[in-house]
Amino acid sequence: MAKKLESTFVNMVVVLSVVAMIAGFALGEVYTVTKAPIEQAALKKKLEAISKVTPTFDNDPNSEMFKMAAFEPKAGLDSIEVYPAKKDGKVVGYAVKSYTMNGFSGLIELMVGFNVDGSIVNYSVLFYAETPGLGTKIPDWFSNTNKPNQCIIGKNPSTSNMTVSKDGGDIDAITAATISSRAFLDAVNRAYKTLEQGGKYE
Amino acid sequence: MNNWANFTKGFIKENPVFVLLLGMCPTLGTTTSAINGLGMGLATAFVLIMSNMVISLVKNLIPDKVRIPAFIVIIASFVTIVDLLMAGYVPALHEQLGLFIPLIVVNCIVLGRAESFASKNGVLPSIIDGLGMGLGFTFALVLLGGTREILGSGSIFNYKFIGDNDGMLVFILAPGAFIALGYIIAVINKLKKA
Repeated sequence: MAKKLESTFVNMVVVLSVVAMIAGFALGEVYTVTKAPIEQAALKKKLEAISKVTPTFDNDPNSEMFKMAAFEPKAGLDSIEVYPAKKDGKVVGYAVKSYTMNGFSGLIELMVGFNVDGSIVNYSVLFYAETPGLGTKIPDWFSNTNKPNQCIIGKNPSTSNMTVSKDGGDIDAITAATISSRAFLDAVNRAYKTLEQGGKYE
Repeated sequence: MNNWANFTKGFIKENPVFVLLLGMCPTLGTTTSAINGLGMGLATAFVLIMSNMVISLVKNLIPDKVRIPAFIVIIASFVTIVDLLMAGYVPALHEQLGLFIPLIVVNCIVLGRAESFASKNGVLPSIIDGLGMGLGFTFALVLLGGTREILGSGSIFNYKFIGDNDGMLVFILAPGAFIALGYIIAVINKLKKA
């Protein structure tokens, strides 16, 4: 077996530099190879979220995206992306990329879809870091059509009080995750109010 | 030590979680369900095998005084590669485990095996050591994650066997991780003595 390199100053500098160079080169290569698939995966996720939350459309909402001034912006996020869903050239609904900073672990990002009358079509969670097993029930809890007291699908924020029942609202919060539930509804309301203040409802 | 004993020591005798008590941070943090434990365990096992292999290959080229920084660079590179590959080719799994993957770098099992085994042994024993330790770690995480999932959510591998909200929430949260881990270690110690 070859003898181990001595710990002289030159040896140490050379070895560490070579190790770092090889590691840097390998990471650069892997990054280049995976860049396109990662971007595609992110785009696919966004498109799936848009089509999940809007009425059927025949345009390309992603290319017709426009930005609107956010209702009560938080943390400097003052513009919100809106993806219009059109059928035969007529707008039938909007997918709104909304957010809240009030989650149990801060930021929650949602794609919320509305009909042109303002009723909620569906929603999709884009990002959250809530407590596993509690706040992570958001994707299923508020879309469970068998439980009308907790489901927001089909509700219209102009006629329903979109806060948790503990705060006098119409929506039952997730058991043991009231903070996450409040945050979720804050994001939904922000999406609704953003469209409302932009005069997008008919 | 023959290869078989080298491979199996990671499961009970020198199990990284239950006996060596290494890598507690990802162990307690990621085992809220059996499936999360499995994913984290397998990703760690992959990094362990690769870093053990590379480190045993280059061990004579690295001067003793700078071995730790050199090992860390090698380990961190493999973790980043795993992270990028998962994000690109299995986005669904990456979404579940994304937060945990960078944690593998600071998992002391990986550096511990590099330091105490791979830097002193040949390539084949090092790979076997990484495989055994990695699977032992996976086994421990699935056992702990499964226990917490059964008690906390009333399900196993996302298959629900009791109705809604019937779990004991404390087992999903951090204190439950300590409680469950403590009891599992007690049982394993009892079995080892018997």
